[in-house]
Parts: sequence; C-alpha cells; structure tokens
Amino acid sequence: MQGKGTAVCLPADIDTDLVIAGRYLRTRDRSIWGTRVFEDLDPALAPRLKGAVIVAGKNFGCGSSREQAVHALREAGVVAVIAPSFARIFFRNAINIGLPLIELDLTCKEGSLVAFDLSSGWVDAGGKRHAIRPLSSRMQEILQAGGLVEYWRAHR
Amino acid sequence: MSTLSERILGATEGEYVDRKVDKAYAHDGTGVLALEAWKEMGGDRLGKGTGYFVQFDHIAPANNGTTATLQHELRDFAKRSSMQFSDIGCGICHQLMGEGAVLPGEIVVGADSHSVTLGAFGAFATGVGATDMAAIWLTGETWFRVPESVGIHLNGKLTGAAEAKDVALAYVGKLGTDGATYQALEFVGEGVRHLSMDERFVLSNLSVEAGAKTGLFYADDVTLRYLKEHGQETAGQEYEPCSYRQELEFDLADIVPLVAVPHRVDTVKPVDAVSGVPLDQVFVGTCTNGRYSDLARFARLVRGRKVAVRTIVVPASAAVLEKAIRTGVLADIIGSGCTLGTPGCGPCLGYHMGVLGEGEVCLSTANRNFKNRMGVGGEIYLGSVATAAASALAGEIASPEVG
Repeated sequence: MQGKGTAVCLPADIDTDLVIAGRYLRTRDRSIWGTRVFEDLDPALAPRLKGAVIVAGKNFGCGSSREQAVHALREAGVVAVIAPSFARIFFRNAINIGLPLIELDLTCKEGSLVAFDLSSGWVDAGGKRHAIRPLSSRMQEILQAGGLVEYWRAHR
Repeated sequence: MSTLSERILGATEGEYVDRKVDKAYAHDGTGVLALEAWKEMGGDRLGKGTGYFVQFDHIAPANNGTTATLQHELRDFAKRSSMQFSDIGCGICHQLMGEGAVLPGEIVVGADSHSVTLGAFGAFATGVGATDMAAIWLTGETWFRVPESVGIHLNGKLTGAAEAKDVALAYVGKLGTDGATYQALEFVGEGVRHLSMDERFVLSNLSVEAGAKTGLFYADDVTLRYLKEHGQETAGQEYEPCSYRQELEFDLADIVPLVAVPHRVDTVKPVDAVSGVPLDQVFVGTCTNGRYSDLARFARLVRGRKVAVRTIVVPASAAVLEKAIRTGVLADIIGSGCTLGTPGCGPCLGYHMGVLGEGEVCLSTANRNFKNRMGVGGEIYLGSVATAAASALAGEIASPEVG
C-alpha cells in the first residue's frame, strides 16, 4: 500500500476532542466533519488538509473513542498520519476505516513531500528513506480490504 | 507467572489473539455510527454467546430533532435485536455495567474509552470505536494485542480529605498522558484491600488518561461482597507475582488533594497551589465521581450551607439517584443551592447541557479537561468530590476540609 502527500506539522498529544469537537458529532452530513476538523486548534487548518500527510508528535488521537475523528480527517482529504505513537483506540479506528497510520518519529518540514509504502515498510521524507515497523498481519488485511466494513463483507 | 491480562486473554504479552467477547456495550454517541457500520457490513443477526447492551447516556434526553431521530433508530435496533437496552435516565453505560452485569475474568468491550472502568472487577475491560463494535455485534469476537503491564503498588490507607480521585490524578501525573499506551495497569499491594469498589472504579476509570488499555484490580472479598449485593455469586482471583514493564509505588497516607489544571490531565498540582482561582461552575458527577458514595460525601460537606457558584450534580445512574432520595442525600444537595441533572454523562462532554461560556472556569469531578471540551473558551480543573464541595461553597478553588 503506497501513498504520498504534503507534510502538515502538528504538535504532540492531539486529542480527539481537538480533531473534531463534541458539538459537531451528531449529524447525518459527514462533510461537516471535514470542514470543522481541528477547528478549536486552528480554524485555518481544514482547507490545507487535502492531499496532506499529517506529521505529528507523540500520542496522536488520545482521549475519546469517537470514530468521527478519523472520518473527519478522511473527509478533509488527509492521506496518512505519521507520529511516534498513537493512542490505541484511535489506532484501531483508523485501520478499521482505512486511514493509514505510520509509527515514526519524523522531523516535520511544513509543505515538504512525504511518500510511503506500508507493504515494503518505508517512508521517504527530506531526501531520506526511513524504515518503519510493519503492521500486524490482521491490520494489513483490514487496510488492504479498505477497512473493517469491507473486510467483513468479504469474509462472511 | 502471568499478569492478570495474560491470564484472562490466555496468551503472553505481545501476542495477537482473537477472543470471544463476554459483554459488549455501546451508548447513544458511538452506537449510532456502529449501527451504520453494521448495516454496511450486511449485519442481520447478532453473534452468539455474547451479552449485548446499549445505554443512552451521552445526550440524555435528546437536545434536538437530529439527535432524537438518530436515537430513535438506535433504540429501535437495540430492542428489535433483543439487546439489553437502557433508555435516557437509566444512567451512564459504565455505571450500569458495574451494577451487576460484569464479572471477574470476563472480556468486556465498550464503544467508549472509559470502558476501562470495569477493570475494577478483574475483568479485561477496554474501549473500542464504533466500527470495531459493529464487527463484535456481527461475530461476538474481536482481536487484541495482549498488553504489557504496569504495576501500581498501593500501600497504607488514605487519610484526611484525600480521595481515590487524588490517587488517580497522582498516577496519571506520574505516568503522563501516554505513559501506559498499549499497556494495562494492575493495581496491587496491601493498600488495595482498604479501597471500596467505588474507589476502585475511580482508579480504573482514569487509566485511559495515561493511555492504558485497561486498569485492573484482582477480585477479592470487597469485589465479591459488592457483586453479592448486586445479585451475583462468583469466585475471586489470586494475585501471582509477575513481571511488570514499569512499576510505580504510592503510600496512600502521603496523598494530598490534587487538581489537574487546564488543559491536560497529567498537569497535576496540589489544590493549595491554585486555591483562590475564581469559578463560574462546579460539576459533580460522571463515570469517575457520580456514584452514591460521591453524592453522600458531597452532601455531608455542603449540608446546611449555601454554594457560592452555580453547581450541577448529576447522579451516575437511576439507582444512585433513587438511593440519594431515600437517604436524604439529595435533599441536602438541593438545600445547599445545587441543581440536578438527568442521570447520565451530563456536562462532561460539552454537548448539550452545563456548557461553559467563553472565559468561564469550571471545577469538575470528571476525567478530562481538554481544551474547549465543555465549551469553547472554557477552562476545566479536575478534582475530587471534597475539593468540589469546598470550592462550590467558596466560589473559588479551595482546599477540602477533612471529611
């Protein structure tokens, strides 16, 4: 599984309340999540996320289990998130919805190109190739299926 | 020897396992998305051998037409598929599961991060998102990575005005918000036997604020007595010496009242260091501190006096509310000028009631003080029930009296 995008740098310990605020959770219109993503962190961020690879500090996605946080990133056009560590529920949610997450401590340069290959296990950034730890075989199967919904549609 | 997580999951740390889930629950917040995923998966009947529960606690009662319609669909689905359904006003999902539904040694999964609360029974209890829950509805199973464990050794007894909440803030402060990510906490040591179930729930509840997968106590006489009062007879669990990835030790007698200051749960200070901060709201409740013993303690501290700031009290369940009425605790709370919310999550998540205005400051007994969580521009300090009572009476953050 390959991808690439433009780096958008974020700090450590981004919680899911900051990704998408509680006041926007109850809706049938998922596009709202894409326009309101990170509103309480930086209202100017959402329009810059189309085709972006978020490069964040440790513990990305901590706090509430709200899956809307992953939907919000997808709706906004985020290609992948790279961070040294992720909160565990966010990690499962992202794999389940088909958003690639990469555990890597990467120095972020805003606007630079970041490319990755999850199957071969590398990230290219700043003219350098970084090796990454492969996902568990189950997670790879789910991601390859396009998410847990598709996985179970195919496995029943 | 094995950790309790390894014993319950029947595998060693680091392994990936598929396991039958004994109890699975979702609330009105996550259940709506889980239902959408379930439909997309082509779900028709529930996986066998699992107890399924849906509780309405997050926006209870519904605040507008959209919420009401989404809740209507989920309510219909839960009833039609013979899940155990608890409507608005019954209480917080974790509290309801803790009133006799969860047993030691079970694998319990909730579609909410604070599902870790039920680790207090010696159950492997953890949170997942909505799509994971939909897959559990479908199969009754899910996958786990068997966690490494962190040993939190508790010695002695709490003294003065210190509460389990202060111990919880102390360990989150020590570990940091990601200090136990992907790991399980185990609360052990001779100090544990002095802790009631209500106190253990508090310690387990905050474990996710350190990133943990669950926060476990070994089921002992205290656990079994509590379960018997809730109609369940079962066996306890013996602690076996095992190796922990990290170990922390606390002498409970050294614990003093603490607060987590905005906007991080791991930024913890003694109450004395921030006393005098003016407050606009005090909130007593949630899956952390909305139980009967919390309401009784609060009532004892405010009885016969008047609060100096708006104070919202929300019982964790209808059973808690009913007992507070029966024992006169509620009369003392209302008599002191506090107001009451429907049993449920209340203002904790800033959806629908008790929302903070720009620049307002709240002292809350909840478990999260993230930026803007209870309202845009609002600030949240987290503290114990006794700190909430002292602060409500003073109208500013104040150190609790011994009580």
